[in-house]
Amino acid sequence: MVNYIWVFMTIVGFVFAMINGTMEEVNKAIFDGAKEAVTLCIGLISILVFWLGMMRIAQESGLLELLTKLFRPLVKRLFPDVPTNHPAMGYILSNMIANMFGLGNAATPLGIKAMEELKQLNGGKNSASRSMVTFLAINTASITIIPTTVIAIRMNYNSASPTEIVVPTLIATIISMLGAVLIDRYFYNRRSRKG
Amino acid sequence: MEFLSVISLGFIPVLIGIILLYGTVKRVPTYESFVEGGKEGIKIAFSIIPFLVGMLVAITVFRASGALEALMNWIRPMMEAIGVPAEIVPLILIRPISGTAALGMTSDLIAVYGPDSFIGRLASVLQGSTDTTFYVLTVYFGAVGIKKMGDALKVGLLADVVGIIAAILVVIVVFGAK
Repeated sequence: MVNYIWVFMTIVGFVFAMINGTMEEVNKAIFDGAKEAVTLCIGLISILVFWLGMMRIAQESGLLELLTKLFRPLVKRLFPDVPTNHPAMGYILSNMIANMFGLGNAATPLGIKAMEELKQLNGGKNSASRSMVTFLAINTASITIIPTTVIAIRMNYNSASPTEIVVPTLIATIISMLGAVLIDRYFYNRRSRKG
Repeated sequence: MEFLSVISLGFIPVLIGIILLYGTVKRVPTYESFVEGGKEGIKIAFSIIPFLVGMLVAITVFRASGALEALMNWIRPMMEAIGVPAEIVPLILIRPISGTAALGMTSDLIAVYGPDSFIGRLASVLQGSTDTTFYVLTVYFGAVGIKKMGDALKVGLLADVVGIIAAILVVIVVFGAK
C-alpha cells in the first residue's frame, strides 16, 4: 500500500505541475524534500544518541523492567503476543510515557528500539507483526498529558490561558486512543478470519 | 494549570536524574553504558535517511505542484457539510502527512484568529492530540527494515479520523461552538 501511495503522490504531483505550470516549483521541491529529510535525520542523531544512551543505563540497571512490572496488566492486554518480561514491553511503555508528556524527541528513539525488539520476536521477518501494528496505532494516537509545543505557541500569541487546552487535548487523545485500539482489534480479527 | 508547565519543565531533568542515580545504585558502569547505547543511535539515524528522503520528496512534490491544494478544495465541501469549520480543513488534511507543515499551520491559525478563539482552540487541540502518522510509520518501520506494513497505515489513518472527530466534539462541548 505504501508503494502505491508513494508513486501516486509523486506522479499526481508531476501531472498537476504540467497542468498548473508549477514545474519549476516541483523541480525545486524534489531536492528541497531530499535535503529536508537528511537535515531531519542529522537532527535526529543528537536525540537518538542521547536517549538511547540513557535507556541503555535504564535497561542495565533494571529500571526498564521495573516499569514493565508496574504497568504489566494493562500492556499485557494490548500486546498479548509479547512475553511478559521481554524488553520490548519496557521500550513500548517508555515510548508511551514519553509521548504522554509531549516529548516527541524522546519518544522516537524508544519507539524504534521497541520496533527492533518486536521484529526479533517476529523471527526477524520484514513484514509487520500484529504487535507492531498495534504499537503504531497506539503511537500515532497516543495519549497526551502535556502538549508542550502547543502551549508554547499559545504563550507566544498572548493567550489569556495557554494551558486551557490541556484537558480537552487529554480527553480527545483518550478517545482517539480507544478508537485506535478498537480499530486495530477489528483489523486483526478480520486478518485472522481470513487465516 | 500553572503546575502543568512546572511538571513539563521538570520532567526531563527528573527522569535523567532517576536513570543516573538508579544506575549508580545498581552499580551499572553508567558512562560506558551511555556511550554503548548512544553508538546505536548513530546507526539508526543513518539507516532512516533513505526512507525519509523517499517519503519527503514525494510529499513536497505533491504539495509544491498544487495537487494537495486541489485535493483540499475537493474535500472541503464534504468536510464543511459535516460541520467541520472551513479554516481548519487544511490542518486536518496535512496533519498526518507533515509534522512541520501542520505546526506551521497551527501557529498561523492561532496568530490569525487568536489563541482564545474557537478556531485557535480547535487548532491547538488538533495539533496536540494527533500525530504525523506517515512520519511515524516511515521512521519506525524504516529503522528496523520492515517492508510489508500490513494494516498499519489503514489503522493509523482511521485512528486519526477518530482523533479529529473527538477533538472537534470536545472543543465544542468544553468551550462552546464559536
